Amino acid sequence: MTEAAANVQPIASTETAVPKPDTPGRLEISREHGLRLLHEMLRIRRFEEKCAELYSAGKIRGFLHLYIGEEAVAVGAMQALGREDAVVATYREHGHALARGVAVDRLMAEMYGKHQGCSRGRGGSMHVFDAQARFYGGNAIVGGGLPIAVGLALADKMQQRPRVTACFFGDGAVAEGEFHESLNLASLWKLPVLFLCENNLYAMGTRLERAQSQTDLAAKARSYLMPAEPVDGMDVLAVEAATKRAADAVRRGEGPAFLEFRTYRFRAHSMFDAELYRDKSEVEIWKQRDPITTFTSQLKERGMATDGILYALNMSVADEIDVAVQFAEAGTWEPVDDLLKDVYTPAEGRPSGSYGAA
Amino acid sequence: MGTTTYREAVRTALTEALVKDPRVFLMGEDVGKYGGSYAVSKGLLAEFGPERIRDTPLSESTFVGAGIGAALGGMRPIVEVMTVNFSLLALDQIVNNAATIRHMSGGQFSIPLVIRMATGAGRQLAAQHAHSLEGWYAHIPGIRIVAPATLEDARGMLWTALEDPDPVLIFEHQTLYNMEGPLADEAGAVDIDHAAIRRPGKDLSLITYGGTLGKTLQAAETLASEGIDAEVIDLRTLRPLDMATILDSVKKTHRAVIVDEGWKSGSLSAEIVARLVEHAFYELDAPLARVCSAEVPIPYPKHLEDAALPQPPAIVAAAREVVGRRG
Repeated sequence: MTEAAANVQPIASTETAVPKPDTPGRLEISREHGLRLLHEMLRIRRFEEKCAELYSAGKIRGFLHLYIGEEAVAVGAMQALGREDAVVATYREHGHALARGVAVDRLMAEMYGKHQGCSRGRGGSMHVFDAQARFYGGNAIVGGGLPIAVGLALADKMQQRPRVTACFFGDGAVAEGEFHESLNLASLWKLPVLFLCENNLYAMGTRLERAQSQTDLAAKARSYLMPAEPVDGMDVLAVEAATKRAADAVRRGEGPAFLEFRTYRFRAHSMFDAELYRDKSEVEIWKQRDPITTFTSQLKERGMATDGILYALNMSVADEIDVAVQFAEAGTWEPVDDLLKDVYTPAEGRPSGSYGAA
Repeated sequence: MGTTTYREAVRTALTEALVKDPRVFLMGEDVGKYGGSYAVSKGLLAEFGPERIRDTPLSESTFVGAGIGAALGGMRPIVEVMTVNFSLLALDQIVNNAATIRHMSGGQFSIPLVIRMATGAGRQLAAQHAHSLEGWYAHIPGIRIVAPATLEDARGMLWTALEDPDPVLIFEHQTLYNMEGPLADEAGAVDIDHAAIRRPGKDLSLITYGGTLGKTLQAAETLASEGIDAEVIDLRTLRPLDMATILDSVKKTHRAVIVDEGWKSGSLSAEIVARLVEHAFYELDAPLARVCSAEVPIPYPKHLEDAALPQPPAIVAAAREVVGRRG
């Protein structure tokens, strides 16, 4: 531990940075809901494990950023959103896409770059879009999604729609100017944005205290006069509860809210990362708080899951991922003739020259 | 037919858009209470209220990005950026988002956003308020770039830009705002697809746009007095370029000079030269020529600013050279 790190509150060191487990039973849930949360986390985990495999096999190329370890954040937070709400995410967004309801087969096809992908294969891993799910990317410019979320929320407010725009970003984005500009504007105009910061302690390879003069990220958000709190991002129920509270307030028109989910990325930043910036022991400590294993134990303790149920769940997820891979494999490449298509909106989508008539 | 200024023509266009379409709103720095840094939006706050005339904090990246988001959310935002130099703070949103999202999402989302900004030099505002970077933006696929140089276009391009489902950047040359002249009472929306022949001629083509159109027309008059009949093309739209109009003209005149307040290196003028070489090489009777800004940051003192910019005498000299007459 460095001296600087020792002064940091409340994320003081590797040890204290590991969130303490919640007391089982603190938050009441139904068995069905508990199993659904676990199922959703498992889908993300298995999907990404498969992606890593497919990357090694050369089926997926480019940059691939895995979310493994952070599943509780996407799954918990999405429980607070309805179909009409919008999601803006980052380049580490497979988890958000799946939790939001983007079809797993179309997502896998996108990973391949196939025409059947949710972005027609044009975006790949970092640029998942889905109009039906109101999923507005997949933004690979750190901080770049925040202003868009502000604008989506502005449109809702101006059209008197009681919607929420959930904007996911990492601790790295908090150092960007767009973070500060966006929180300021959203608060100034009381816009319905849910700023959801996934603090996994590393902006690529730069640890929080090496990038931030103030490591209490919620304090920054509070300075823009919005409610802000840190949340144990390894606990799906804590994430869900906090996000629901915040989303309700945002939906009531109280302006934006900020949540800092303290979480951890188990895998490398991307497939090219040798992880020179952190000790393996730190990763191992965080893995003890794996959101899937801890939640599985909780469900068992609560009597909501048995080994048999868990086995069946795992099998169904594995099957679903297999089917998605088959779908992607069977997919086709977009014809090269369509390369220029949709640089601009095609003529049929344009108004028929009503100018000149006035 | 009444008399109006370029500034009033833009304001009339804004007013018309705000009246016609409830999804339209204007946001930017000092567009409301201040009335716009070039007084374009003066009076609009009183007329349309703070919901639709939105003063923003000084945060170009975020209010331009918010324009993108609002467009995605069903609005028709008009974002005013005070000047092109400031728009560099919003380059991330314009280049990485506005220009890419349609293609990158496989055509799922269009971004019907209009961004207006002042451009160009001539008012002694020095090197951070006076550059002509519209040609630079014209490099980017996915956005459309227009430059109204006349009262009709100042009045008419905005509505057409708002009807466009994709992002349109409108560059208003800062020396034009006070330009005064007649404008038909029934003036309205105009096309933003085609270049315009502002002066027909047969001896050479002078190709320009925006702030240098007036200077080029002036040069054409001088040339006419010398018996050189110049055709003046106003590009109007810098992306996509209306090459058909340019090529038709050059095939007629066989000579061309490009006048552009941008710098020469890696520029719009370079692009036009390249396309003429590609598509009309055997039509040319003389080397192509360019009159552009000197390759310096635009300086403050008047004599240096004037020296840095394309001026009618330089246009005349280039034209004479191209038609083979020395002054």
